[in-house]
Amino acid sequence: MKKLLLLLILLIFAAKVTAEEWAGADEKAEEVIKELKPDYEPWFSPIFEPPSGEIESMLFSLQAAIGSLIIGYFLGYYRGLKHARNA
Amino acid sequence: MHIMEGYLPPEWAAFWYVFAIPFLVYGALRVKRIIEEKPSMKSLIAVSAGFIFVLSALKLPSVTGSCSHPTGTGIAVVFFGPAVTALLSAIVLLYQALLLAHGGITTLGANTASMGVIGPFVGWIAFKLLKNVNFRVAVFAAAMLSDLVTYVVTSLQLALAFPSSAGVAGIIKSAATFMGIFAVTQVPLSIIEGVVAVMLVSYIFEVRSDVLEVVKA
Repeated sequence: MKKLLLLLILLIFAAKVTAEEWAGADEKAEEVIKELKPDYEPWFSPIFEPPSGEIESMLFSLQAAIGSLIIGYFLGYYRGLKHARNA
Repeated sequence: MHIMEGYLPPEWAAFWYVFAIPFLVYGALRVKRIIEEKPSMKSLIAVSAGFIFVLSALKLPSVTGSCSHPTGTGIAVVFFGPAVTALLSAIVLLYQALLLAHGGITTLGANTASMGVIGPFVGWIAFKLLKNVNFRVAVFAAAMLSDLVTYVVTSLQLALAFPSSAGVAGIIKSAATFMGIFAVTQVPLSIIEGVVAVMLVSYIFEVRSDVLEVVKA
């Protein structure tokens, strides 16, 4: 399993990267929509947009941090429970 | 897989809301029942939600030269099935729509349909079919397919709303274009997600052998 993971990581780095390097797939789809239907106007825009890339990264990290905190807390709790039961 | 705010015509946005809402209601009822009847599974709802939070925050580079994120719905699918997954996904999608301008309120229905309903449903079927054959393979398939199918559905949703020409041929052509962006990028990422999900589920079973019986039943 570890070998598979390593292989995938290697694949990613060996990938041929063209013009728009490592752009988000969501943005690429947006470009395609503009090509398919040039007169399409988004009829609603986000209520709040992160004022800068840094703030956006911060909010994404916060999201990941909340998730890993919950996972870590309960995995530790389960481990402790098992330990207490065996003691 | 986020369809950006305002990028689905109003009629499609409404259609996907109508599609997704029954699953959310059923998911909420299921969560209530689990909390009341199986308190030992309660904390696993939080763990499943946590996994979605972490994985859908990570935008990983992929072989196509663009970045995309896994969905993280596999754990919820394995433990609770697609309805609960729909509810948990909607929470994450709402966070991203309101705070990150990723996805949006108008496209929340469509994004919930792909990430929370259809993708997880396919993963869940694979899990049911494989769990008595090989449990690890079943978990892997559940997580990988939930992820990959989500992006296939997103491609189809966009193709339906933006066909390259009138008729079915235009939809198919658009679908191929969008899948070139979403689905191809997602193949290696969904494999990674499958591997990570197997590791997490294996550890949970190691420390919580009671859960193993509930899930395998």
